[in-house]
Amino acid sequence: MTRQMTRQQTRAALIAAVLGVAALATGLVLTALGNSVAYFYTPSQLVALAAPPKNIIRLGGLVAAGSVAFRSGERSIVDFVVEDGRATTKVSFEGVLPDLFREGQGVVVQGRVEPDGRLSALEVLAKHDETYMPREVAEALKEQGVWREPSPKP
Amino acid sequence: MFDLANPEKFFALSRRLIPVMAALAVILFAAGLWYGLVASPADYQQGDSVRIMYVHVPAAWMALFCYTMMAVSSAAGFIWKHPLADISAKAAAPVGLVFTGLALGTGMIWGKPIWNTWWAWDARLTSVLVLFFLYAGYLALWEAIEDKARAAKLCAIMCIIGFINVPIIKFSVDWWYSLHQPASVFRAGGPSIDPSMLTPLFLMALAYQFLFFALLLIAIRNEWMRRRIARLERLEMRVMSELVAP
Repeated sequence: MTRQMTRQQTRAALIAAVLGVAALATGLVLTALGNSVAYFYTPSQLVALAAPPKNIIRLGGLVAAGSVAFRSGERSIVDFVVEDGRATTKVSFEGVLPDLFREGQGVVVQGRVEPDGRLSALEVLAKHDETYMPREVAEALKEQGVWREPSPKP
Repeated sequence: MFDLANPEKFFALSRRLIPVMAALAVILFAAGLWYGLVASPADYQQGDSVRIMYVHVPAAWMALFCYTMMAVSSAAGFIWKHPLADISAKAAAPVGLVFTGLALGTGMIWGKPIWNTWWAWDARLTSVLVLFFLYAGYLALWEAIEDKARAAKLCAIMCIIGFINVPIIKFSVDWWYSLHQPASVFRAGGPSIDPSMLTPLFLMALAYQFLFFALLLIAIRNEWMRRRIARLERLEMRVMSELVAP
């Protein structure tokens, strides 16, 4: 038994079909683009690459505790290590660091991978996490010992 | 609800609703801005820059809400050919464009001190920029087509296809590594914002919401009047030409 569709139903079906096809196309494109949509590599991704990339890349992760060292000399060059919990990458940078730059902080550094595996950074960006709280609350949490350092979520 | 599809009833109700919504928006903006800019604490990491959030985040929410509403209106207008649905989609577009521009602009002002850059081509920022161009393109398409019924149809299809961008914006920070932080309020495990900062944020979100609906109702009424005038002018032209003709 067949039933004639009303005009409204035809148009609703058309809308659904258009949206479905467009969503599928977008989904396929985004899947094909895959990791290249990501803003940065993590250290473990960088380690897993067969050959170090020749072009300028971005690397994201946390500044490893105790790794920040300013080289003495006429130019202010800073060395630090970026980690993601599984792998680490050494970074050196000459220039102005963001105010939020500190050990344990999320950062995104842009630069070139040197032959020795070190990343020579051209730019350092601070990554802010999704936690917002007043200073007093942060201090109270630290005193009570329930403070959790920003999780190493890349 | 379906009564509102009747233009006369819509006009009578909206005339009473607009001043109420505008007044609520003014009160909530005053309260939210005072709470957010003066009474709420500075952030433990961002300092006073956190206050940009109270303008930025609700603007970004409204940018998405407005587009979603436009897509629903467009679908309703396309399926049932109801002029009020087409008009509400068209009327919302300039408001959404401004909200998106505000979200982008305030985000850049926040990004400079916090990230150390005005702009980053990460998935969140790029997809919101696409939303901005979708709004602009939608408005341009309306203006480019003379026949309003045809324009409504094509704009509805464009708007509905563009809706795919809305979930991409929302989940961009979860699907790909991005510079923009993940969601702080609508996330699994509850908000990660301290209550002293969440209160002004919600006040501002409500203020934006009422502002949006007040502007939307005004814009719908204006568009409706504009079309009525155009119809009367066409009628006048026809009558005149018939009078002049022998």
